[in-house]
Amino acid sequence: MQQLLRPDEERVFEAERPEVLVLACGAIAREVLAVIALNRWENVTLRCLPAKLHSRPELIAPAVDAKLGEIAGRYERVFVAYADCGTGGALDAVLERHDVERLPGDHCYGFLTGNTAWEELHDAEPATFYLTDFLARHFDAIVIRGLGLDRHPQLLSQYFGNYRRLLYLAQTDDDDLRARARAAAERLGLEYEERRTGYGDLVPSLTRFVEAPPAG
Amino acid sequence: MADDTLDLKTLTDDELVAQMHDDLYDGLADEIVEGTEILLERGWGADKVLNDALVEGMRIVGIDFRDGILFVPEVLLAANAMKAGMVILRPLLAETGAERVGTVVIGTVKGDIHDIGKNLVAMMLEGAGFEVHDLGINNPVENYLAALEEYEPDILGMSALLTTTMPYMKVVIDTLKEKGIRDDYIVLVGGAPLNEEFGKAVGADAYCRDAAVAAETAQALVMARRAAAPAS
Repeated sequence: MQQLLRPDEERVFEAERPEVLVLACGAIAREVLAVIALNRWENVTLRCLPAKLHSRPELIAPAVDAKLGEIAGRYERVFVAYADCGTGGALDAVLERHDVERLPGDHCYGFLTGNTAWEELHDAEPATFYLTDFLARHFDAIVIRGLGLDRHPQLLSQYFGNYRRLLYLAQTDDDDLRARARAAAERLGLEYEERRTGYGDLVPSLTRFVEAPPAG
Repeated sequence: MADDTLDLKTLTDDELVAQMHDDLYDGLADEIVEGTEILLERGWGADKVLNDALVEGMRIVGIDFRDGILFVPEVLLAANAMKAGMVILRPLLAETGAERVGTVVIGTVKGDIHDIGKNLVAMMLEGAGFEVHDLGINNPVENYLAALEEYEPDILGMSALLTTTMPYMKVVIDTLKEKGIRDDYIVLVGGAPLNEEFGKAVGADAYCRDAAVAAETAQALVMARRAAAPAS
């Protein structure tokens, strides 16, 4: 089991032969590392930006831009393991300048579920608050402390009053995470549901990129 | 620790207004209620209390939010404090029959249940003298059309938090165009993932990055439209 990243932590998992870089949100570090290990990609380095940016999407595009500038020329190819993630196209504008591609879709909930399946889920019940494995694991840090609910619990209804259910999108079959997700739903006063997603579109997207034949 | 012994009644008007700006900043609803009542007892008009104490206080909060000094929880607490003052002022403002700056219909678009930003905008618009009709969340185009017909507003405001729902703003605006009524309204859009370019792309009159900007933009565009209207 890989050591967990804290939500504010930036980390590099260097490959033996660092040819390909995956620049990812720290919230999916575990999943990307699992895909790398499963495929025995010894040429893929993973760099993670802090997962806490999940709650500050306006900071994602500048952070990715800065990192891509910093590592320019260091790898043969670079892939960004973010979706749009609430940047409203700002991330795509950055990636176009750097000529780098990203994961398909709008949110991590989408590519981890499979974007088509997630859209159907969300259309069926827009009043859904989602947790992934990472968010279930770091619920207190990202949601409770991140939204100031530890200091101002009276704001709970303003944040979550319009939600009806919490849907835990489980990447793994983990009783501890399931218990955390269920406790999170209780704390927010929402109905609890869960759905086992696995890694959704993450696996085919990374595989297609990493195993693509060299250009030219 | 705040000075618990501070008696707001001992402050001059200017000191009290400055203190209310601080209290709004700190989200102290009880103090805002007390300060509002004191100013009214001293003969201030409700509109002056609203503008000088509450709206100006929230304007300062908005600037510090924009600059990354304050964050969403603090802004919500400040807004709640302002709302507490508005509860006292609203009936007084209605009694005076002061002419409204304009009328606004506002709502979060279909598929989106987020309303924190939209509620802040609605509150700031009300503070700026607009009559606000808030349609709430998850509004299909039919809701907007019905409200436009019922309230005949100057402004239609739409909000979205999700990149998946913000394109619905174009659906609403295109429907207004199809019906030939697009130019009857000033259309303002806002929400965390939006930007100026998106506002232009969907055919809005303006994108508003926060509640304070929304109130300023609404006032400016209504005045510009009235100035441009042919004299009757």
